[in-house]
Amino acid sequence: MRHLMSPLDFTVEELDRLFDLANDIENNMAKYAHTCDGKKLATCFYEPSTRTRLSFEAAMLNLGGSVIGFSDAGSSSAAKGESVSDTIRVISCFADICAMRHPKEGAPMVAASRSSIPVINAGDGGHQHPTQTLTDLLTIRSLKGHIGNFTIGLCGDLKFGRTVHSLINALVRYPGIRFIFISPEELKVPSYITDMLKENNIPYQEVIRLEEIMPRLDFLYMTRVQKERFFNEEDYVRLKDFYILNKEKMRLAKKDMLILHPLPRVNEISVEVDDDPRAAYFKQVQYGVYVRMALILTLLGIHV
Amino acid sequence: MLNVGKIEEGIVLDHIAAGKSLSIYHHLHLDKLDCTVAIIKNARSNKMGKKDILKVECDINTLNLDVLAFIDHNITVNIIKDGKIVDKKELVLPKEIRDVIKCRNPRCITSIEQELPHIFVLSDEKKEIYRCKYCEEKCRERF
Repeated sequence: MRHLMSPLDFTVEELDRLFDLANDIENNMAKYAHTCDGKKLATCFYEPSTRTRLSFEAAMLNLGGSVIGFSDAGSSSAAKGESVSDTIRVISCFADICAMRHPKEGAPMVAASRSSIPVINAGDGGHQHPTQTLTDLLTIRSLKGHIGNFTIGLCGDLKFGRTVHSLINALVRYPGIRFIFISPEELKVPSYITDMLKENNIPYQEVIRLEEIMPRLDFLYMTRVQKERFFNEEDYVRLKDFYILNKEKMRLAKKDMLILHPLPRVNEISVEVDDDPRAAYFKQVQYGVYVRMALILTLLGIHV
Repeated sequence: MLNVGKIEEGIVLDHIAAGKSLSIYHHLHLDKLDCTVAIIKNARSNKMGKKDILKVECDINTLNLDVLAFIDHNITVNIIKDGKIVDKKELVLPKEIRDVIKCRNPRCITSIEQELPHIFVLSDEKKEIYRCKYCEEKCRERF
């Protein structure tokens, strides 16, 4: 039995098969509408996350299955002090597969070690959020036709953003990827990541301003720069506009550059950019459902 | 100079960094063994200036040398039989250590689930970096 804890749990070949399946689902939804008839997904969300939970639930419903679960720790037995290990043993008796989000890092791994059903890590603290990374990779592959040989700019909070760290770790397994990190000094990508890139001879560059590198990018992955991450107000005021993507900055970009964002967005992408055909962040949400459908089928061992 | 007698059978841990012998004593659970133990602190050393030495009269198999390698793999482990050194063990970094150190990450699941073993996995042999199996936080504890 397999679980998904980290995006690196699957080899590149296994990911290819998963993405092939996701693309087939995208093009033939009706074919998959009853593949999970009678199966149940348990969404065990110890902290609220509407987007991820609904994406998982939509994925299971699209496959003909049903959904049970809870959406915050207060409405679960955790409020009574039950351990994750006990909860998953109980959930294993009710459902066929479980998606778990937990504020404590490693909780889904503990669940997987005690579970008799596949467990998907739906986000554990600041640690991993593998289905977001799978979503990002599927979006890139679907919209460009392949993963590899491109320059990707990652912009915003690169220090604390787990989606960014996971995506970098996943992309280094593909050929010809060049990274450009765009962030204020305070929010630079951690050194263990740049050390890893150096060791593997993967080209990267660190810059402060988005405009200067915009024409070179094939993908721009935006994340939010939060005010509270800055040491002082003055720096925040000075730098915040560097990281807001608007029409003016988009004029500098290639005609086929694509903008990705894990969402939710606050103001880092101006709404005027939404109508630009290069804005791919809402398509990304749709790919998130397809990849979760493919993942559920794969982990349940259902072949169509 | 203080003289501590020979042991007939057991191990001598030599070249322990000065001041670390007590920590090793606890991590090897020597307090729980019913055997003779000599702890020598701040002995003169040509190589190290000062060093600690532990002499333990026991069956060598009763000791978890993996823990020792994690604490300091430069320690020399001499196996003694009939009062003589019969073997010197080379310490290699263990792939995994269990319940030796605790994960200090307050966001780690081990901070709330008391019964979980604290497991650290060797993630970078060259840099001797261990990470928590659950949250992957780097181990900052050095002995």
